[in-house]
Amino acid sequence: MKDVRLLKEMFVPGSLVGPFTQAHPGFGGVCTFVGEVRGGAGQDAGVEALELSHYEPLTLPTMEELADRALTRFDLMGLLMAHRVGKMRVGEPIVLVSAVARHRRGVIDAVDFCMDHLKAAAWFWKREKREDGWHWVEPRADDYADLARWD
Amino acid sequence: MAATIVFLGPLRDMAGQESLEVDTPLDWAGLLEVVGEEIASQLQEERVNIACSGRVLADKTALQAEDGDEVALLPPVSGG
Repeated sequence: MKDVRLLKEMFVPGSLVGPFTQAHPGFGGVCTFVGEVRGGAGQDAGVEALELSHYEPLTLPTMEELADRALTRFDLMGLLMAHRVGKMRVGEPIVLVSAVARHRRGVIDAVDFCMDHLKAAAWFWKREKREDGWHWVEPRADDYADLARWD
Repeated sequence: MAATIVFLGPLRDMAGQESLEVDTPLDWAGLLEVVGEEIASQLQEERVNIACSGRVLADKTALQAEDGDEVALLPPVSGG
C-alpha cells in the first residue's frame, strides 16, 4: 500500500504509523524515520520557526513517483510518506517515511533512499526565521552526495 | 494570449511577486527578457529548473510556452 501525503497542519507521527503498520498483517519489519525542526545549539541556535513552500503541480506527483520507485526497488509491502508544508516551530515534525516488508534490509534502505531524495530532489523550499528575519536555507553539498549514492 | 510565470522559493523574494502574466508565445530568450536582470542571471545557472504546464523541462532553453501555460521557475530545493 502506498500512502503519500502533503500536510498543511501539524501531525503526530504515531497516529499515522500505527494504522499504516496494522494495514499490513504478516510483515517482518517496519522502519520509520521522523525529521523534526531542529533548534537549540550551534548554528541552529536562534531559529524560531521554519517555513516550507512547495509547487502544487509538481510536489505531490514527484513524491508519488519516488514512492513507486522505492516500493519496487526494495520489494516493500507498503510505504508511507508524509511531508509538511507551511510554518512550523522547533520540535514539530517535518517529514515522516515508514516502510514495511517481509525482511529488514529493504525497509531500512527504502527509508534512507526516500529521505535522500526528499532532501535534495523533491520540490520543497525551506526558509528559517531568526531574530533578524527570514533566511532561505541553501541545499548542502552533503545532501547531493547522499543522493548520488543511489545512482 | 498569455502565460503565467510563477516564482518559487527565493526567486519569489527576488521578483517581489508570486507570479507575472506575460504575452505568448514565450521562449527562453523572451523569458530572460521579461523577468529582469537579476532573475535572468539565476535562470542561467544549471541548478535552476523550469517547468512548463507541470512538466520539468530537460532542456530549459527549449521553452515554448503557449496561451494558458504556467511557467514555473524552480530554484535549488531544500526539503526534509
